[in-house]
Amino acid sequence: MPTTKTERLDIKASDDVVRVRQLTRAYALEVGLSLVDQTKVITASSELARNTLDYGGGGEVTVELVEQGGRRGVRLTFDDKGPGIVDIEQALKDGFTSGKGMGLGLGGAKRLCNDFSIASKPGEGTKVMIARWK
Amino acid sequence: MAGQAGSDIASLVSRNEATILPEWLELQKKAGTLHTGRISEGELQSQSKNFLHLLRDALAQGGSDVSNGAYEPAKAMLAELSRSRASQGFSPSETASFVFSLKQPLFNALNRDKSLSGEQIASTIWTTTVLLDELGLFTLEIFQKSREEVIIRQQREIAELSTPVVKLWDGILALPLIGTLDSQRTQVVMENLLQTIVDVEAEIAIIDITGVPMVDTLTAQHLLKTVAAARLMGADCLISGIRPQIAQTMVHLGVELNVISKSSLADAFAVALRQTGRAVVKTKRIDGAAVPDKKIGRQEA
Repeated sequence: MPTTKTERLDIKASDDVVRVRQLTRAYALEVGLSLVDQTKVITASSELARNTLDYGGGGEVTVELVEQGGRRGVRLTFDDKGPGIVDIEQALKDGFTSGKGMGLGLGGAKRLCNDFSIASKPGEGTKVMIARWK
Repeated sequence: MAGQAGSDIASLVSRNEATILPEWLELQKKAGTLHTGRISEGELQSQSKNFLHLLRDALAQGGSDVSNGAYEPAKAMLAELSRSRASQGFSPSETASFVFSLKQPLFNALNRDKSLSGEQIASTIWTTTVLLDELGLFTLEIFQKSREEVIIRQQREIAELSTPVVKLWDGILALPLIGTLDSQRTQVVMENLLQTIVDVEAEIAIIDITGVPMVDTLTAQHLLKTVAAARLMGADCLISGIRPQIAQTMVHLGVELNVISKSSLADAFAVALRQTGRAVVKTKRIDGAAVPDKKIGRQEA
């Protein structure tokens, strides 16, 4: 999958979540996503960025403009070196949270995007990838 | 050695002040300090003269060690200058060039001085460079700090300004929210609303989110908590202004707001009026005055 543009951001404080959203918005606009799709991917980025911060203890995000078979899209990869997720299936379930949130963020982000993948090893960290195509 | 070099430069400055000052001013003007019109030539002149004197005194008393107490007056003056330039909108390099542009006139004066040996000149140039670099960096640091102060002040202002709770009618409040609600600001907004509910004994509070670009789970959670708190205080909440794209996103997220929501503030206000036993009646306009038309009709008949 060729990447035409890429940017990396640290997620270390709640201000950074705002920056992730702004960057996602800029990329979504460049891809030409509709207003609804923009809002969806921005909301998903906000959820995952906050997860990276709150549960992963901070990390980074890579935002990419990708192309595949003539379609353009925006792809985000969140990476943290936190405690990891023991039971991914349970984490994706609506209403489950190990913190104080609503327990909808991870599953919600999956529903808001076209592509979703998650890899996590307890003690090593978590990597979540989402993509939204035009 | 350092002390000796310091007093050497001090005497050099006082002997050559008549040439150093105009040269320095000329350089600052060339660098464009006056172009923007943010400070006058007279101001620049007095600042430059003032600093040159303070520097000379500091050199004479404290040698070339910037951390020496003798440098305090000079540093205080630089800090003041840096702060005022930061607030006047000068760029960092424009601000720092005040100090750095002093190098050339000083070096020129050194080179013209016939009484010094080549070795002396070299070592004095080095001392001067180190000294002015340190003072220049000090200026930049203060500049940076005052910029940060400005940002922090603005953040506080935004937090306070953007949270007005509006009284629409007796017992009906509206809270028009603007921006994303995941920051500390949300806390201020919600506290404001709950306090105003107490103050005006409101029955209904309308939370309008027309100005909110995105609702994620944290935002939704904040909203729900506020609604719950308001309920405990005997006020019902209505939510208005959920835009189509936000509605769709919320459905995908799986967030449910268990409150009455309306697409516009006007609709929500109408609901609030109904719930408090009031109605808005349309009237016929007669010569600009609004009078119930049916009543008039009957009286005339």
